[in-house]
Amino acid sequence: MTLLTGAVAYDPKVVAVWTGFRTWLTERGLPFDFLLYSHYERQVEDLAAGRIHAAWLSPLAWIRCRRLAAARGARPRPLVMRDTDRGLRSVIAVRADAPYANVHDLKGRTVAVGAVDSPQATLIPLSLLRAEGLKPGEDVRVRRHDVGVGLHGDHVGGEREAARALLSGEADAACLLDASHLLFGQEGTLPPGSTRLLTSTAAYDHCVLAVSDAVPAAAADRLRDLLLGMDPADAEVRRLFDLEGLNAWLPGRDEGFTALATAVDETGFYDAAGRVTAEDYRP
Amino acid sequence: MSPHPGRPGPRVALDLAGLPFGQGAHLLVQRALAGLEPGQELAVTGRDPELFVHLSAWCRGHGHRVRPGEDPDGTAPADAPGGPPRGPVRAVIGRGPGGPDRWAGAARAGGAAPDGIVARPDAGWGLAARGALVEDGAPAPSFDLAERDLVWAEVAPRLYAHAASAQWDPATAVPWDAPVDLPPAVEAAVVQVMTYLVENEQAALVVPARLLTRIHPHFREVVQLLAVQAADEARHVEVFTRRALLRDATMGTSSAGGRASLAGLLTEPDFALASFLLSVLGEGSFLNLLSFLDRHAPDPVTRAVVRLAHQDEARHVAFGVAHLEHRASVEPALRGRLRGAVERRHDMLRDTAGLNQDVMDALVVLAAGGWEPAAIGRGHHQVQGLLAAMDQGRQRRLVRLGFPADEAADLSALHTRNFM
Repeated sequence: MTLLTGAVAYDPKVVAVWTGFRTWLTERGLPFDFLLYSHYERQVEDLAAGRIHAAWLSPLAWIRCRRLAAARGARPRPLVMRDTDRGLRSVIAVRADAPYANVHDLKGRTVAVGAVDSPQATLIPLSLLRAEGLKPGEDVRVRRHDVGVGLHGDHVGGEREAARALLSGEADAACLLDASHLLFGQEGTLPPGSTRLLTSTAAYDHCVLAVSDAVPAAAADRLRDLLLGMDPADAEVRRLFDLEGLNAWLPGRDEGFTALATAVDETGFYDAAGRVTAEDYRP
Repeated sequence: MSPHPGRPGPRVALDLAGLPFGQGAHLLVQRALAGLEPGQELAVTGRDPELFVHLSAWCRGHGHRVRPGEDPDGTAPADAPGGPPRGPVRAVIGRGPGGPDRWAGAARAGGAAPDGIVARPDAGWGLAARGALVEDGAPAPSFDLAERDLVWAEVAPRLYAHAASAQWDPATAVPWDAPVDLPPAVEAAVVQVMTYLVENEQAALVVPARLLTRIHPHFREVVQLLAVQAADEARHVEVFTRRALLRDATMGTSSAGGRASLAGLLTEPDFALASFLLSVLGEGSFLNLLSFLDRHAPDPVTRAVVRLAHQDEARHVAFGVAHLEHRASVEPALRGRLRGAVERRHDMLRDTAGLNQDVMDALVVLAAGGWEPAAIGRGHHQVQGLLAAMDQGRQRRLVRLGFPADEAADLSALHTRNFM
């Protein structure tokens, strides 16, 4: 059988990445092909319906994948993940001269976030505010930046807009991925010394390559072993790793998604059966 | 090796002081990590409040392990009484496996100096500096002139250095304000000759510019030399145009035969043959023409522009001859191919007029210096002398390339009547 894997085309480079993986895997005897989607929701539904065997999933898509499968009694597994998808943090940044000492000082203020479906720039940091007793929309105003809705925050544009809103004074705080805050400082979106961090979340995990349990274990294991064996000493592997943003593949794990699952439940983004229940979410 | 096998090795300390991580601190971390022994960890101190968050994000992207130190948030006072002198440790880093692997298949792209040039540089070296350590895996640009013997001459580095040092500024090297008040017919002759020179120099610009984009950058001195050669011609085009328009805003004529002759230069794809036709035969003949114009220039501006162009053209001819000498030494059949190129071009141009008659007449007028029959007769004689000098110059260079004298005479006679 040809292992058919889904991926979301959040950027033109996705074609180069998966074409490269397809060539690399088929050259090693694993029949492999890919299917591109314009957003994560249709891809997850197709994985659950058995139209594709595996899928490269955002953390939010992984949550939905688990719920859709559970409703059918299936158990997809997170096959592998990038080393760079472990241990992420979201941060809440404020302007350096702002009078706020902790998140409670944001009560009555405006918080800029990324797209409605961004785990790192919207769902997880707003859940942190909730845990601190600040209800988004009631205790704090939320200014959303819906860039690339359906891409689950893969498009960094929403975060960049949030950072700009903070800088311009439209917002009093901005929710960002830790690496984005570092990047925006280095590229000048946030001038040096213009912001400081009010808080950061606990570490969580990000994307996974999920495989349906309908796929024979031998085929899934072969895919996993080939990926885990990719050696960056090989120039072609290095090119693919650079494009895809990893240093090494690691075995997939399921324990880094608790914070996001909580956020999904708090907002009613998906229901327990994996149906999309967020009212203002139109991918 | 760790002093305690199986247990974490000793820590190496790195203090970032007040340097924010996003403002270059990663260089210090990277340098310290590169110096770690297996099993060692890096203990980072510093006062940047965002240090741990940013360091974690950076380490994640680079495949290094990081964990919080005694005080990741940096809230403890630095240099507390009885505490460590650099403040509390903010993060502890273990070096990941990435990094050195990237260079596992890397190779040196020859040596930096000319004696490090290789006969056939790897296409994958592409635009890398000669002598650089080149990571493998990039797409190979298509430079089809990728063999030393196809482009090289030992004199290339010296000629390039000379070319770079001999650049002149068109704005200041020519006495543009000098008095130029010629009889209208003589001025018209100057304008016609300048119009002809511009046309030819444009061909002499395009030919090296096209060739240099095909040469493997490993032979950088040749690329540099051809780039300066093209730039030389750009300045020649400028000063000849400016002299033509000095008194009147009208250029002279351009004949179909002249342009047909030049078109034959543009279509020659072979580096040796293009060098031969352009530099050895064409620009070689132009050396005589420019000397002639220097001798008979009716005004100081005309004299200056042709003299400056002559300096540059001599260098172009020198490289062409030197390259073909080198090439002939490794390719015995070269002379046969050179001969074929001259004959082919001659056959193509057989039914064209060759040199624009207006140009020939203008040269006579300039050499005559007046309209008396005797002066015109002298002018005509001088131009005949120019043609003979061009012929002798071509024959001399052909003999230098190894052609027997009688064959050199035959080939020189087949050269285009358009001079270039």
